[in-house]
Parts: sequence; structure tokens; C-alpha cells
Amino acid sequence: MSTALDQLNNAEDVAIVRTSNRKWRARKKQFMPWLFISPYLALFLLFTLFPLLFTVYLSFHAWNPVAGLANMEFVGFNNYAQELTSPWFWKAVYNTVWLAVTTGIPQHVIAIPIAYLLVTAFKGTLRHFYTATMFVPFITSTVAVSLIFYSIYSGNTGILNQWLLALSGVPVIGALFAWVPDAMPIRWLSKSDLIKPSIAFVVIWKYTGFNIVIYSAGFLTVSKDLYDAAKVDGCNAWQQFWHVALPMIRPFIFFALTLTIIGNLQLFEEPFVLTSGDSGGVAQSGLTISYYLYLIGWEWLEMGAAAAVSLLLFIIIAAATSLHFYFNGKKGLEGNR
Amino acid sequence: MKKILLAAAASVALLTAPAMAGDIRFDGFPDFNSHLDKLIPSYAAKHPDTKITYQMNDHGDHHKKLTTNLATGSGAGDVVVVDVSFIGSFINAGGFENLSGSEYGADALEAGFVGYAWNQGKGSDGNQYGIPIDIGPGVMYYRRDVLESVGGGIDGVITDWDSYIEYGKKLKEKKVFLIADAADVAKTIVLTTVKNGDGYYFDKDGNSLITSERFVKAFEIAKRIRDEGLDGQIGAWTNEWYDGFKKGTVATQLSGAWLLGHLQNWMAPDTKGKWGVSNLPNGIFGSWGGSFLAIPKQAKNKKEAWEFIKYLTSTEEAQVAGLKNIGAFPVLKATYTDAAFDEPLEFLAGQKARQLFAQVAQKVPAVAPRKGDLIAEDVVLNGALAEVLNDGKDIMAALKDAEALVKRRVK
Repeated sequence: MSTALDQLNNAEDVAIVRTSNRKWRARKKQFMPWLFISPYLALFLLFTLFPLLFTVYLSFHAWNPVAGLANMEFVGFNNYAQELTSPWFWKAVYNTVWLAVTTGIPQHVIAIPIAYLLVTAFKGTLRHFYTATMFVPFITSTVAVSLIFYSIYSGNTGILNQWLLALSGVPVIGALFAWVPDAMPIRWLSKSDLIKPSIAFVVIWKYTGFNIVIYSAGFLTVSKDLYDAAKVDGCNAWQQFWHVALPMIRPFIFFALTLTIIGNLQLFEEPFVLTSGDSGGVAQSGLTISYYLYLIGWEWLEMGAAAAVSLLLFIIIAAATSLHFYFNGKKGLEGNR
Repeated sequence: MKKILLAAAASVALLTAPAMAGDIRFDGFPDFNSHLDKLIPSYAAKHPDTKITYQMNDHGDHHKKLTTNLATGSGAGDVVVVDVSFIGSFINAGGFENLSGSEYGADALEAGFVGYAWNQGKGSDGNQYGIPIDIGPGVMYYRRDVLESVGGGIDGVITDWDSYIEYGKKLKEKKVFLIADAADVAKTIVLTTVKNGDGYYFDKDGNSLITSERFVKAFEIAKRIRDEGLDGQIGAWTNEWYDGFKKGTVATQLSGAWLLGHLQNWMAPDTKGKWGVSNLPNGIFGSWGGSFLAIPKQAKNKKEAWEFIKYLTSTEEAQVAGLKNIGAFPVLKATYTDAAFDEPLEFLAGQKARQLFAQVAQKVPAVAPRKGDLIAEDVVLNGALAEVLNDGKDIMAALKDAEALVKRRVK
């Protein structure tokens, strides 16, 4: 027979058990989401955050990877100082910006009208067919594409020079190409002033299709009612495009531009293959920042300096995107109405 | 549940199981696999305790993988191939076993090897870290039919660089290029006329030699060839390059003995009998390429690895097999009296070219690789040379700029 006191104690016990149960349940509730995202979290920590922090750490050290992890030497800001005063680094910055601008703008100037035409002039299957066709360059391996262009650009046997020669022989337009026979063979990839434009053309050719897909999706979101209303108000076709369609796809333009800025500043494969990986081409005119950091890290085995350059590239990209967000972000992100 | 646990434990054990005693892995690039496929069975018959596997990656990826392996201290094979262009930066970094040590005793093998190749495998401390397995004695390949069309013999062409350029001028009238790329001439001169005791780009004390007479003269000769319009400005390993070999629009190519295999197997098999080889112009001797074998410090079965390296590099059987299997030119001098060296080669119109290769091999001067060679090569022989030839930059200005760049990085 239990006393009243015992009963009281028991009740307390039960209460304690209950609260601890409740606490455990609450904790479980807190804990569960973490458990569910833990696979991602583990991968993120291991393959994103750790390499990122390690790169920062590495950038303050001189390290020849072949010598093993134990042989890192702390050098403070030396790597940064060395690169910021290196002529090749600044050549690479100039080339990267040059290529980013000259390939970036045409990609959009060409893609927007084509996307508009696709959406307004073609229906269903035919539109999908054309969009898919123009998307093909984007999904084709960059190395394969660059190798093909390498042959096209070849000075002695390349098809580009053959075409130019043929054009100079055509009756009417031939006059425009009269200079061609004297200039032959044009060495698209081994004259320093032609390398960048040659690379730029490949980049434009490859990435315009991607932007066409984005902008087609954009133009499809514009309601037909708006066009009808504009027509009632007396807009012609050009005014419909300029005053109705274009403002409506602002968020898409903003998004596509952001991708272009980031992608173009990281340009590597096209210049690398087109210059045969040969120290950036004649006079380093095809040397981009990514290409340069590859040379430093993998050819010259200076991983610390390569890490520093990669962080400098990160700063440049961050600065460029911030500027883009500052000037275009308000209009771009405010939603489309 | 228990079963699953057991299975898991077993697979973990499998993953982490130490290599069985005697198992070694050979890391390299093609065509070493074709060579190993034929050699491993006969080696295994004599060494039943050793099981040899290999891992092949293409040339560039192999060296990147090896770099990562050495950086992290894990994942490298027991025997690794190192190309001559990487050997200088790899062996002085401390990732490989010192084969001069008493447990290996590599120094005893030295006398059997071609001198310059042996020396390239030495670290700056004088110890042996890499053992040469094949070499690329430098020769000039030339089209016999093209030479006949202008008359004269090959000896008249290779007397000196002037006679070589004269030959080019005669070829120009027939619309044939003297050489695919004039840059090859400059590179050849720079790499073959090194003064005794100097490195390629730096002297004994690490001072730069980049603006020295050797570079200036090399650049001048290449520029003469380019300015006279005697070269095709065709890059190596491109379709245009192969095309020139096939059609006979390029008359000569300076390269290593190994180019022969490529020419006859896939580049221009239909030109059989139209080719010849000679010494390099101006009486110089040099080499193109070559490979070394080394044992990473992280290797698990070093003893067996060393036995296998010795077999591959210092037995006539394996060295001659390399020549026959993959056209890898032997580095072991004793093989040069083998019957294979007296075989007339059909592709070269019956010329006994291997004897020439062997003679060249023994005359190549030894140049020790140095730290900074990789950077200097990129900046000087790729960078500055291209600016001089393609953009018309002044030679001295280009060399001075290159030197300043190299000095910034190599301390």
C-alpha cells in the first residue's frame, strides 16, 4: 500500500518521464530536418566548403604539389603580390574582359530577336525543332567543337580561308573580298591580333542557342491579351516588340545576363584548345584568367600562386556581378509586372 | 541484419585491404600497356610471387594524376612512368625513392646505360631517382623523292644551317616547305647546343642563360627560315601536319626515333619507301622525349617494384622487346649489337636506321634538368619564340622580356 507521499513521488516521476519524452520528441523534431538534408550537407562540406577554405589557405603558401602536403611554406601575401605585378596576369585579365564583352553582347543581341521570331512566327513542333537545333552547339562537347574550329581556322587547308578565296571570285560581291588573295594564308590562330576574335566567334556560336532557349521561354510568358491591347491602341509590329514584349521579359534578360557574365569570365576550354594549350597563344593573346591559373598550377606546379589567382578571379566575378545587380537588379528582380 | 553487417564489413575490408605481398601496380600511359601485355606473362613465369597490374591514362592525365598522388601521399602505383619533360620538377621534390640507396644500389647499373639519359634521372643531390626506360635520339627525317627532285645528296643539306636553308630555297620554287614549323629549328638548337655543365635555361649557380648567344642564334636562324617563307607554319600533332607527311609538301622534320613508328603506323603509312633519316643539321646531337621509371615513397611493395624496374630497363630481353613491341628505343647500350639493329627498315627504303639512332644516342650531351625548366620552356620556347616568329618582335627584346618573367618566378 503506497502512502500519499509515495503517490506524489510517483506522479512526479511520471511527469518527469513525460517531460523528458516531450523534450526528446521536440528535439527529434528539430533534428529530423538536419537528418534529411545530411547527405547534401556532407557532400557540400566535403566537396564545396572544404576545397573553398583550403584554396584560401593555400593562397598564402608556396606549394609544389609534387613535394607532398608536408612541404607547404607560409609566404603571407607574396602570391598575391607576385600575381598582381605579373604582366601575364594583367594580359589574362585584359583578354578575359575583352572576350567577355565581345562575346557577351552579341549572344543576347542575336538571341533576343531570334527567340521573338521563333515564338511569334512558328507554332508547336516546328518551333521546338528550330529551338532544339540552335541548342545543339551548347550541349556539344566544348573540346570537340574547339577541335573542329581549329581545323576550320587552319591557315593552309582550313575551310574558312577556302571560302573567303571562293567568295573573292564571285562576280558582284567579289569586290568586297578583293583583299583576300593578297592576305592568304590568313593565320587565324597564330597571329596575335586575330586570336581573340577567332575565339570570340566560337564562343558566340556556342552559347547563343542557350540564350535563345531562355528568351523563348520568356516570350512565351507574355500574355496574348497584351499584344491584342497594344494592337487596339495602334501599335505596329516593331512597337509591340519594343514596348510590350521586351519590357515583359526583363527578368529573363537579367537572369541570362548574370549567367553570361559568370560563364564568360570563367572561359577556359575554347581558348585552351584553340591555342593548343601553348602558353596562351602568340603573345598570350588567348590567355584567359582560368587558362593562366591552369598554367601556373598544373604546368609550373605552383599551386599556391594558382590558388591566389583563382581567388582573384573570384573577386573579379563577384565585382562584375555586383555591378550588374546594382545597375540592373532593381528592374530585373522586381518581378515581371 | 547480421548478414548485411558482415557484407558491409567484408566490402570495407576489401577496399582497405593492404595489397598482397608481391603485388605491384605500374602507372603509365599508352603504349606501355601493349608492351606490358607481352612482357608480364614471361616475367610472371619467373617470379610467381609477383602479380603485376597496370593503370594507363593518356600522357597528360597520367602526369596530373601522379601530381595529385604525390601531393596527397596516396594512390600512386608502385612503379610510375615519368616523361623527360616532367622529370626535373618531379625528382627534386622528394616524392620518389632514392634509388642510389643501399637497398636498391642503382649506381651499379650506370655503366650499361646511355650516359645522357642516365644523368637526366639524377636529382640535384647527385642521387638517382629515375631509371631511363626508353630514349628518343634526335634525327632528321627527310623525303627522298623531294630531295631527288631538286638533286644533290642529303649530306649537302645537313652540312650546316646555311646549307639547310639553301635547300629550303630550292624547295620553295617547287612549292614544298622545308619544314612544318621553323620554331622546331630554334628549339632544336637551344636544346642541343648547351655548354658542358650548364642547364637548358640556367647555369650551375641558377643564373639565367636566356639572353645568351645560344638563344639569340637559335632564334635568328628560325626567323630567317620564317621570313624567307620556307616553313609551313604548321603546328605539330594537327591534321595539317599529318597531311604534309602524306602528300610530301613538307620535306624534313626534326624529331626523335619514335616518330618513325607513328609515321609508318598511322600518320603516313602509304609513303613507305619515300623516307630517309639523317643526322641533325650542323653536326648537332640531341634527343626528343624519353621516359623514366621511378618508385614513389608511398609505394607498398618497393622491393618487387625495383626488381621489375631492373627487368624492364637493364635486361636486353625487355629492352629489345620494347623496340619490337612499341618502337621504344632502348637505353641499354648492350642491345645495340642485337640483330634487330642491322635490320633494313622498309619504310626508310631499306636504310639500317637503328644503327644511326644508336650512334646518335651515345653522342647526346648530358644536360641535367633544373628547377624552373618547365616555366622557362613555356615562357621562352613557346612564348617568346612565337612572338618573334609570328609577330615580328625583336629577338633581344623578346628574350629580355621572357627572362624578366622567368626571374620573377624562379628564385
